[in-house]
Amino acid sequence: MIHVPVRTWMSVVLLAAAIAVLIAIPDFVETFTLMQFTLFSAMAVLALSLGFIWGYGGILSFGQTAFFGLGGYAYAVSVLNLGESTEAIAIAIALPAVFAAFLGYFVFYGRISDVYLGVITLTVTLILFNVVNATAGDEYRIGNAALGGFNGMPSVPTFNLPGNPSIVLDPTQGWYATGGALIVVYVLLRLLLRSRFGRVAIAVRENETRASLLGYDPRLIKLGVFVIGGAIAGLGGALYVNWGAFVSPTIFALSLSAEIIIWVTVGGLGTLIGPVVGCFLIQYLDSQIGTQQTFNSNLALGAILIVFVLLLPQGLIPTIRTIASRLVRLRPASGNATESAAKQPVGAAR
Amino acid sequence: MTPPLPLLEARNLTMRFGGVVAVNNIDFTLREVELRCLIGPNGAGKSTFFKMLTGQLTPSTGTIAFRGTPIAGSASHEIARLGIGIKTQVPNVFNGLPVRENIWLAARRRNTPDQTKRLVDEILEKIALTHRADALVGQLSHGQRQWVEIGTVLAGEPDLILLDEPAAGMTDDETARTAEIIRDINRTRALIVVEHDMQFIKMIAKTVTVFHQGQILMEDKIDAVMRDERVRDVYLGKKVAA
Ligand SMILES: Nc1ncnc2c1ncn2[C@@H]1O[C@H](COP(=O)(O)OP(=O)(O)OP(=O)(O)O)[C@@H](O)[C@H]1O
Ligand SMILES: [Mg+2]
Repeated sequence: MIHVPVRTWMSVVLLAAAIAVLIAIPDFVETFTLMQFTLFSAMAVLALSLGFIWGYGGILSFGQTAFFGLGGYAYAVSVLNLGESTEAIAIAIALPAVFAAFLGYFVFYGRISDVYLGVITLTVTLILFNVVNATAGDEYRIGNAALGGFNGMPSVPTFNLPGNPSIVLDPTQGWYATGGALIVVYVLLRLLLRSRFGRVAIAVRENETRASLLGYDPRLIKLGVFVIGGAIAGLGGALYVNWGAFVSPTIFALSLSAEIIIWVTVGGLGTLIGPVVGCFLIQYLDSQIGTQQTFNSNLALGAILIVFVLLLPQGLIPTIRTIASRLVRLRPASGNATESAAKQPVGAAR
Repeated sequence: MTPPLPLLEARNLTMRFGGVVAVNNIDFTLREVELRCLIGPNGAGKSTFFKMLTGQLTPSTGTIAFRGTPIAGSASHEIARLGIGIKTQVPNVFNGLPVRENIWLAARRRNTPDQTKRLVDEILEKIALTHRADALVGQLSHGQRQWVEIGTVLAGEPDLILLDEPAAGMTDDETARTAEIIRDINRTRALIVVEHDMQFIKMIAKTVTVFHQGQILMEDKIDAVMRDERVRDVYLGKKVAA
C-alpha cells in the first residue's frame, strides 16, 4: 500500500512549507501587516477550537468565546501577578479547560440534549460578559490586577522570553510565537485525530448509539473533546491579549461567537485547515471592507455567509477537494503521487 | 450440588410504552455457549427484549443478570464491556467511515494496536469484505452493511452475541454463509438470534423461544415448535399464508 506513506510524506512537506512561510513572512511585509497576521493567527487558534469540537465531536458550542475570554483574562491576571508570561500562558490554557470540564460534565452527564448545549453555552457566555462587565471599581482586583469592569485591563504585559521576564518579545518574535502556536495546535490536533481517542471521537459523532454498543462511553469522549476545545480557545485568548496588550469584556462578545461559526462554516466543517482558512479569509475581507466607507462590513459578512450556505454548503476546503479529486478521476493516467497531492490540496487535513 | 450459574437470566421482565405492553412479564434463561433462536410475529416484543438486554431501554420492571451481575438499566457501554454485543434490526454502523475503520473501532477497545490489526484483517476475511475494506460503509449494499455490522460485533469479542434479523436483505448464498458463521461463532460463544426466515432458523436452531404479544408462548426444540398447533396458529400459519 503506497497510500499511507505518500500521505504522511505530503503532511511533512506541507508542515515544512508552513514553517518556512512562518519564518519568511517578516522579511516580506511591513510591521502593520505582520501585526494583522498575528491577530489573524490568534483568532485562527480560536477557530480551530470550534472546528475541532464541532467538526469532529459534533458539539456545536455558541460559547467558545467564554473559554477564549477566560483564557484572555486568566493570562492578564496571571501575568500581572507573576511578572512573567510563560506560566501565565499555561494558566490561560488550564483554567478554561477546568471550566469546560465542569460545564461539560453537567451537560453531557446530565443527558441534556444537543440543542440545549447551544443554549447553555450561549447563556454562560452572556453571564461571564455581565459578571466581568460589573467589575469596575478598585474593590475588584485579583492580587496586583484590577479587573476594570467594562473599561477592561490596559497595558497587560506581553509575552517575554521563557524564563527571562526582562526580554519582551518584539512584533516579529510575537508573530513567531503566535503563528508558531497555531501550527503547533494544528499538528497536535492532527495527531490527536489519528490516535485512538480521536478516532473514537469521530465514531461518536457518526453514531453515538453504535459507539456505546461497542463499549465506548459517548459522554466521556464528548467531555474530553469539549475540554480540549476549551483549552485551545483559552490559548487563543492569551495570544489575543498578547497581541493587543489589552483585555476587556468585549472578548466575551456574542458577535464574536457567531463569527467563529461563520469562519468554520465558510472554511469547511469536518476539516482542520478549513477553519483556519475561513478565519484568515474573512478577517482579511473584514479589514479591507473596514478601510472604506461604501458598505457596512456586517452586511458584507452576512452576504458571504448566505452565499456559502446556499452555494457551497460544505465550505471552501471540502469543495476544493471534491473538485480536485474529480479532476484526477478525469485523467486516470496521472501517477499515484499526483493523485494523492490533488486529494490533499491544502494541508494533509483529514 | 448447585446448578452452574446461567450466562443470562431475566426475571419478570416488563417493558411498557404508555399503554402498550411490548414485553409482558417474561422469564428467560440462557446457558453458557448456548445458541437460541427467537421467533414470533411482528410486534411480539423481540427487539424490545434485545434493547433491554443492551441498555438501550430500561425495563419498566424486572431484573436481568449477566453471569450474576445485574444489568437492567445499566448504560449500553457498561453492558458492552461485560461482554454482550448486538447487531440491531435497523443497520447500525458508522456509515461515514470506511469498512476497515468500523471493524477497527470495535476491535481496538480490548486489544493492542498489533492485535487489533491482525483481528481486523481476520474479520474482513471472514465477512468477505477485504476487497471493500477502504469503501465507506454508506456506499455498500444493504446486505454488505449487515455484514459490516456482524463484523463489528465479532471484533468486540463478546461472550453473548445478539443478532436481530441477521439474514434480512441477504441473498440465499449470503444467508447460508451467515448460518455457517453463526455455527462457527457458537463453538465458543453464546448467541440469541431473532429471525423470520424459517429456512434459516432450521439451519442453525436447536432450541427456539416463541414470542407472542410480549409473552413467551413456548420454548422447546425446533421440531416440537414447528409441530405445535398454537405456534402454527399465531405465527407459522400466517407466514405460509402470506
Ligand atoms: N419506543 C417505542 N415506543 C412505543 N412503542 C414501541 C416502541 N418500541 C416498540 N414499541 C412497540 O412495542 C411492540 C413490540 O415491538 P418490537 O419492535 O419489540 O417487536 P418485534 O418483535 O421486534 O417485531 P418485528 O418482528 O416487526 O421486528 C410493538 O407494538 C411496537 O409498536
Ligand atoms: Mg424487531
